[in-house]
Amino acid sequence: MTRLTAPGPVRTALGFALGAVALFGVAPVALSAFRLDLLAKYLCFAIVAVGIGLAWGRGGMLTLGQGVFFGLGAYPMAMHLKLAETPAGQLPDFMQLYGEVDALPSWWRPFTSPVVALPAVVLLPMLVAFLLGSAVFRRRVRGPYFAILSQALAAAMAILIVGQQGTTGGTNGLTDIRSFFGFDLDDPVNRRTVYFLVAGSLLAVLAVSRQLIQSRYGELLVAVRDAEERVRFLGYDPALVKTWAYTVAAGMAGLAGALFVCVVRAINPASIDIVPSIGFVIGAAVGGRTTLVGPALGAIAVAWANTALSEQYPATWSYLQGGLFILVVAFLPGGLASLGRVLPARRTVRAAEQEATS
Amino acid sequence: MRSLIINQLFTGVSFGAVLLLVALGLALTFGQMNVINMAHGELIMAGAYTVYVLQQAVSGAGTSLLLAIPVAFVVSGAIGLVLEMLLLRRLYGRPLDTLLVTWGVALVLQQAARDIFGAPNKQTLAPDWLTGAVELGAVTLPASRLFILVLAVGAVAGLSLLLRYTSLGRRIRAVVQNRELAETSGIPTVRVDRVTFFIGSGLAGVAGVALTLLGAIGPAMGTSYIIDAFLVVVVGGIGQLKGSVIMAFALGMLNALAEYQVGASVAKVIVFVAIVAFIQWRPQGLFTVRTRSLA
Amino acid sequence: MSMVCGRRTAVYSACLAAVVTLAACGSKVGSSSSSSSSAPAAAIAVSGDSVKIGLLNSLSGTMAISEVTVKNSLMLAVDEINASGGVLGKKLVPVSEDGASDWPTFAEKAQKLISVDRVAAVFGGWTSASRKQMLPVFEKNKALLFYPVQYEGLEASPYIFYSGATTNQQIIPGLDYLKSQGKTKIYLVGSDYVFPRTANKEIKAYAAANGMTIVGEDYKPLGNTEFSAIVDKVKAAKPDAVFNTLNGDSNVAFWKQYKSIGLSPAMTPVISVSIAEEEAKAIGPAYLAGQLTAWNYYMTTPGGANKKFVQAYQAKYGADKPTSDPMEAAYVSVYLWKKMVEKAGSFEVEKVKAAADGITFDAPEGTVVVDGSNHHISKTARIGKIGADGSITEVWNSGQPIKPDPFLKSYPWAAGLA
Repeated sequence: MTRLTAPGPVRTALGFALGAVALFGVAPVALSAFRLDLLAKYLCFAIVAVGIGLAWGRGGMLTLGQGVFFGLGAYPMAMHLKLAETPAGQLPDFMQLYGEVDALPSWWRPFTSPVVALPAVVLLPMLVAFLLGSAVFRRRVRGPYFAILSQALAAAMAILIVGQQGTTGGTNGLTDIRSFFGFDLDDPVNRRTVYFLVAGSLLAVLAVSRQLIQSRYGELLVAVRDAEERVRFLGYDPALVKTWAYTVAAGMAGLAGALFVCVVRAINPASIDIVPSIGFVIGAAVGGRTTLVGPALGAIAVAWANTALSEQYPATWSYLQGGLFILVVAFLPGGLASLGRVLPARRTVRAAEQEATS
Repeated sequence: MRSLIINQLFTGVSFGAVLLLVALGLALTFGQMNVINMAHGELIMAGAYTVYVLQQAVSGAGTSLLLAIPVAFVVSGAIGLVLEMLLLRRLYGRPLDTLLVTWGVALVLQQAARDIFGAPNKQTLAPDWLTGAVELGAVTLPASRLFILVLAVGAVAGLSLLLRYTSLGRRIRAVVQNRELAETSGIPTVRVDRVTFFIGSGLAGVAGVALTLLGAIGPAMGTSYIIDAFLVVVVGGIGQLKGSVIMAFALGMLNALAEYQVGASVAKVIVFVAIVAFIQWRPQGLFTVRTRSLA
Repeated sequence: MSMVCGRRTAVYSACLAAVVTLAACGSKVGSSSSSSSSAPAAAIAVSGDSVKIGLLNSLSGTMAISEVTVKNSLMLAVDEINASGGVLGKKLVPVSEDGASDWPTFAEKAQKLISVDRVAAVFGGWTSASRKQMLPVFEKNKALLFYPVQYEGLEASPYIFYSGATTNQQIIPGLDYLKSQGKTKIYLVGSDYVFPRTANKEIKAYAAANGMTIVGEDYKPLGNTEFSAIVDKVKAAKPDAVFNTLNGDSNVAFWKQYKSIGLSPAMTPVISVSIAEEEAKAIGPAYLAGQLTAWNYYMTTPGGANKKFVQAYQAKYGADKPTSDPMEAAYVSVYLWKKMVEKAGSFEVEKVKAAADGITFDAPEGTVVVDGSNHHISKTARIGKIGADGSITEVWNSGQPIKPDPFLKSYPWAAGLA
């Protein structure tokens, strides 16, 4: 495989500008308020996928449990918004409904303050990922072991939240979030602002990812993916290198989760369980996991196809999703992003062969 | 009181037997070949549907159930074989891609089951001698559980005899321990892989037959077992059966005892946390084959 | 390992910040402009001789098994109404959407039906989670949802009509029946989600006030099929009866393992609130025969209206297809909406709501009446016994329709529950 570097500065700036124009200029004008809401949701998934691109595509860590970090970002955000709407001295609506607690649980209290809640949506997942990553990677748990472990964590987290209905809302989750820091989320103008916030976050996350990929650290990460032992022999600590990529990916998932709450105005365990966790990976795989924008575009495309096709053909969607996944991963590991490279290459080879035979 | 403890122990053992049956095929395909087959749950499903189909054709619940064991072995084995030849063959050495591809396969197989048999669960009849319970004093042992225990023990015994005493078993072990050396010694590794995968998939089918005695037969039935099965193999350690056997019963016991104390949901979380902690202690699982490879 | 996130990132971020702040800020909650700019009642598409209604059910995913049957009976009602001239002279045009067993999708599709298709009302939803997710969407858009499934109560949205039972029409009568049979030691088994946990809370309050004891309470994650520990605990606790709020695949596993440990309906009967005719068929009468269920409607419920409903359903979908309580409630909900619209003389949501109180309909389950104060309907509670062929026959009913009381205000023992 050739050296994987991000595109040069000119192309990056151009791509970035193009993305900004599409997201901020074209989409809000071309799409109805309803479709724009959907796009905002897809962009949240795209943010998770950018992180997966970093951890999996660049770092070789297949994380099948990003739902955990998505949830660690989403729940604090939802808890804060819920508390902000609850009159002082009262409990959030669902706690009154289920009546299992008489006072606000101590672990809810910090999120009353936006100063705690807002940084927490990124820092909390990062902290958990850092602790988990440094423990797991130091013990050289990797490859499929790591993948299965991360998947089990997503399952455990969902089961845990469901079981604590009185304080987490159980399967129903936290619903009926109506305002965002005092701004009415029913107001179409505010909803558009939320969309801009999501779109801006996606571009920011892409920028961070690009800087990381281009830096020495990015080279090191790819080196660890391709030959961990050699990196170790060179005097680096591969566990630390991997832990950082994992941590950054977790932060991105957390950010996406928090934004998801603002867009969808609810969060429940079904959105962070195993199936959505694998769903995040599908987007990254289909788009092209080693590229910068591939995962984001893949995630948007897959989510869009899901909405569009499952409306008309629920059964066909399952076949298509499975089939697409099989085809892309087995036969086009670079994802759709590599089509551009694979096809011309094939053509060149064929042309060369023809020349040789003629 | 004593009877309650015995009952709890038996519950743990019987849950362990289910885990063992579900994980045994994986211990072979993942443990021996390092192929992560996420469609293993759907091979189990195929085994369960085999019972349903046979019951439509063969009269007598007992006969059809016993007949289903070899038939399901072949059906699931054949599906696994096709999978190996068409897809997995190309993916050896890319374990993570294999995982994702087989997950796609799982989706397709589930939808296929939905289209062929319909979305609602199918019911099968258990023979009379499997619906009752054996009473030993104050202790009640359900016959279906005993049957599954016997089946699991039989499958493990058969598999280990096969691995230990037959020439096929020797070849499989040779390939596990050193693929290159085995190949240069004239062992047809491609064929050995294929047979191993057939047996591993077939064992999933047998597990499916057993599960019809316990739960629903539906398109999604495999998904509820797949993670547990993988965890058994991962913590058991690859390359050897005994790790999986010990871990299946250990996890079954832990799960059952925790469930008696704190309820099913928290028990599940406890088991997951215990596994993460265990992996910290022994990252390669309980037992592992020592190789000189660095990877 | 230095992380060089140079100036470029800073420049990008600055640009972003600028763009984001450029986006105008909308109204604050409670500010005067919010009333003017927040979505007005969505316009309903009434064109010429037709009006659209939305059907929102899971056609894929784990809930599809149940929800497809609800969609079928909704379609049956729509066809019947269209065949008899429609509503206010307009033909109903159903727009069907797939909730895909995913709760955020329900909210998303509800929004689509309201704002893109501009339907007059939406029918559907099954799980509590899906309803909770849709509730704000309907309240914000001032649109109508008809929800057809029995649920845990403690809710009365002004924009939702509940045509299934609330707890005082299903669970409390079930307990009354157990009490009348002298069953006082009860074991609670349920799936781990909102309905069983809330229902069990109410059951415990009822038991405390009625001299019954709860000897055990267990929850299983949805879809879990390992019940050996639970049936073992049930057997050891020796209850007079088990109250079963399990849902989905877990039920099959529970029943197989319940029987295998040697528990029988004669010794320890189980009363279930989520097993209707369709589920009984899938679990297998061999495991269920002799056990009890609590609903408001059975396929065998006597009366001309039910006979007509069952015949029409089987003519449309197949002679072997059973009808069940949620299907009947869904069928009824379309007719209730029709009658409300006709009384209001308009499709406008607020007028339809205002016309709702006192609407009656001769439903397959018997005559039902809409209670305008809480949007539920009065229903007769029926305890059924599952037969060896999987059919359910009534063994007891409440004699007359029970008035809906979603917050259990008329039950002193329930004070402080919510």
